[in-house]
Amino acid sequence: MQLQSFVSLREPWATASAAVASSADGAFINVSRRSFLEALGLAGAFVLATPGALRAAETWPTGGETMPHGLVIDPKVFVAISPDGTVTITAHRSEMGTGVRTSLPMVLADEMGADWSRVKIIQAPGDEPTYGNQDTDGSRSMRHHIQSMRLMGAAVRMMLERAAAERWGVPVAQVEARVHEVVEKDGTRRAGYGELAKAAMDLPVPAIKDILLKPESAFRYIGKGNVPLYDMKAIITGKAIYGTDVRLPGMLYAVAVRPPVYGGKVKSFDARDAKAVPGVVAVIEIPGTPEPAAFMPMGGVAVVATNTWAALQGREKLKIEWEDGPNATYDSDVYRKTMSTIAAQEGKVVRNQGDVEKALQSAAKVIAAEYYQPHMAHATMEVPNATAVVKDGRCECWAPAQSPYAVRKDLAKFLGLDIRDVTVNVTLLGGGFGRKSKGDFAIEAAYLSKVMGGVPVQMMWTREDDIRNSYYHTTSVERIEAGIDTNGKVIAWRHRSVAPTILSTFAPAEYQFAIELGMGLVDNPFDIPNIRCENGPIKNHVRIGWFRSVSNIPRAFAVQCFVAELAHALGRDHKEFLLELIGPPRRLDPTAMGIIGELWNYGDPYEVFPIDTGRLRAVVELACEKAGWGRAMPPRSGLGLAVHRSFLTYVASVAEVVVEKDGTVRIPRIDTAVDCGFPVNPERIAAQFEGAAVMGMTLCFHSAVTFKNGRAEQSNFHDYEMVRMTNFPREVRVHIVPHRYTTPSAGVGEPGVPPIAPAIANAIFAATGKRIRELPIDTQLLREA
Amino acid sequence: MAISFNVNGRPVSLEAPPEMPVLWALRDLLNLTGTKYGCGIGACGACTIHLDGKAVLACVVRLEEVAGRAVTTIEGLDPDGNHPVQRAWAQLGVPQCGYCQPGQIMRAAALLAEKKNPTDAEIDQAMAGNICRCGCYQRIHAAIRLAATGV
Repeated sequence: MQLQSFVSLREPWATASAAVASSADGAFINVSRRSFLEALGLAGAFVLATPGALRAAETWPTGGETMPHGLVIDPKVFVAISPDGTVTITAHRSEMGTGVRTSLPMVLADEMGADWSRVKIIQAPGDEPTYGNQDTDGSRSMRHHIQSMRLMGAAVRMMLERAAAERWGVPVAQVEARVHEVVEKDGTRRAGYGELAKAAMDLPVPAIKDILLKPESAFRYIGKGNVPLYDMKAIITGKAIYGTDVRLPGMLYAVAVRPPVYGGKVKSFDARDAKAVPGVVAVIEIPGTPEPAAFMPMGGVAVVATNTWAALQGREKLKIEWEDGPNATYDSDVYRKTMSTIAAQEGKVVRNQGDVEKALQSAAKVIAAEYYQPHMAHATMEVPNATAVVKDGRCECWAPAQSPYAVRKDLAKFLGLDIRDVTVNVTLLGGGFGRKSKGDFAIEAAYLSKVMGGVPVQMMWTREDDIRNSYYHTTSVERIEAGIDTNGKVIAWRHRSVAPTILSTFAPAEYQFAIELGMGLVDNPFDIPNIRCENGPIKNHVRIGWFRSVSNIPRAFAVQCFVAELAHALGRDHKEFLLELIGPPRRLDPTAMGIIGELWNYGDPYEVFPIDTGRLRAVVELACEKAGWGRAMPPRSGLGLAVHRSFLTYVASVAEVVVEKDGTVRIPRIDTAVDCGFPVNPERIAAQFEGAAVMGMTLCFHSAVTFKNGRAEQSNFHDYEMVRMTNFPREVRVHIVPHRYTTPSAGVGEPGVPPIAPAIANAIFAATGKRIRELPIDTQLLREA
Repeated sequence: MAISFNVNGRPVSLEAPPEMPVLWALRDLLNLTGTKYGCGIGACGACTIHLDGKAVLACVVRLEEVAGRAVTTIEGLDPDGNHPVQRAWAQLGVPQCGYCQPGQIMRAAALLAEKKNPTDAEIDQAMAGNICRCGCYQRIHAAIRLAATGV
């Protein structure tokens, strides 16, 4: 009964065509078709509007408007209220562990005055024309969508108030929404949201300029950290549905063997023994895609069976001959030497401020160091997988997709279908970290279903597939030289970066692009008169993808370790020296930094999210204060510091390490100071930074995928290890800088990772006197002599 | 020949190869998807279940080994989430993506069934086989302590 009335109430609003109709009659503004600012009638940022108990918010532009399909601000798309008072909010971003499926609806619920215990969340399918951008990466969800969530929540609250006023025949000024009900201010009458739902939702949505937001003092959930994960109970009882948990009637299970070398092809295969395994239904070759393959399948041979075990057994029995192609010589040791050679030469200049050559020549002392990081695989606990049904000219897919609309577009392209005939349902993601931004696994599932005549097929990668055929984090050599004058001042800084680029996954490319260059290279905030950044060319031999924090990881590692090296060489305290390099509190002018081309500012407007060295300094001070920087440490113990701005957020970490006699590094504590602007859900922010410390420690000591003869040498957790409970950062203390709502919220999912490895490496130097210039750290070198 | 055993208090009988890992029998044949695949080689703990009350890794236990025995999966620990370990997990907000958590919870529950109040080192050792890529170890550790002591 309840479900029926819910459906009938919701149905007219649920379709894109309904939204277009409402939009046409001017009832609301769909910002995906008009600039958000234009809609607001605002030329600049930070506009203050009417004062009063309820006032229009201070608003600011974000990169959310310029993302594909932008922002949709339409409460009739995102909110439904059923007569029993249940408020259903649509989550349109993917949940991979950041809590976004809870936090964005929480913002909307707070603003509309909903009681969280009566909120239901449903997950949007991949449909950007309806919901706006859904590409869940780049630590963008909260900073791009908090304003639209508030506007939609406030619009619904105002519609409920109006409905109550009309019902009671009083001016709307005489009523107000409280928690899940509207009351008459003199206290005579009250009506629950459920009672008012039908009348309220039949009203026109107020124009954005007329929407009154709550004052910050009235927030009940926003900024409080008092809302538990929506999926908590499902997770702890095993009922949460991830991609691999999708079960359809008659579904078959598939695994595949893919080319061991990127760009390789199946020359021939013998499926007889595989087909003889009980339960194996079919052996099917998946067509490959020539390099650069983007998100299209690598190709290979799939075994489809009635259960996963049969498919795995069948796969064991496949005999495949490969044609490896030109990447068969890829060798990580050789490649590293090549990168190093290139970094020793002048590269393409990407930032040129002052005259570095001259300054280096005039310097009293020149110090140089080179830092290396190998490839990494994301190793999401839930392996890549998807389930698809392709029949009668339609495709329906269920996938743990970070960017479900991109998957939908790729499916349509691969299958030759109209995008309207493709549906992508989004499950929970058992980790994403950038791997699940790419929908190759979904296309494999769809191809198999199509070949099988429309049988539902679930394609699952094994862990070995995941490690051997990843979209790898780049490998890099970062070489930095500093010139120091007779007063011990750094007067020149030359940073050369050599790393295969993400672009190469999409088109032949040997140079990094603005997004990579903007992650800790050309945006270097140091107050040094002469700075030059160069990028040397190198060709990729594997698929390069984005991994949580992306190029910020090797950059923060190199820059922050190098600063510690300089401080030591000059006999200075690391923290004091770092603050001196950062210089006085100021907003950097990116047009005066010698950057060739435009600074990529994480896709967001620089005037809203500038590089503010005052905030950078403040997190250094905060982390050091909380960690007790400067305190005396026992032998073979030390503190290490690093700071890095990424995803528009400022983060400093101080790691405390103990290096045991056998070289084992233990981390009793990490203090991380975070300035991410207004902290919307501090409890989940703390969780993200606690987890980032663990991932940072993992890449510090374990993560390397190396190649010989074009083939990955690692395959599973026995040789691609993770930090475990036996040795993890025992206490990660996250110190969040408080801000009012008007300091725009910035990224949270990624910025915690980059400072961890350099903080640990610097702490190891403090403890042992051993310099770390290579990840992962070989702890054998740290053994006590 | 069918293999009979007990899952979450109910008898089941499966016509399946005796060497099939219990993981796939649970997930694909019995639709009990709370037990997760993570590595298939007993290296990550995502598939932790209880066999006669002891924590085992379902990806490396063969179906024939559970014949006549009692298997408990996350679905059977407490379907309402009221086991002390589940309650502690919720109270401390342990999960991020949540995928490894059924395995973590089953491992922790087995530990506490054996030792009412384990030391920190005992918790570390017991949980060493369970990887959490999101990095929730600090809260997992604290939640086990909370479940053990109520503090």
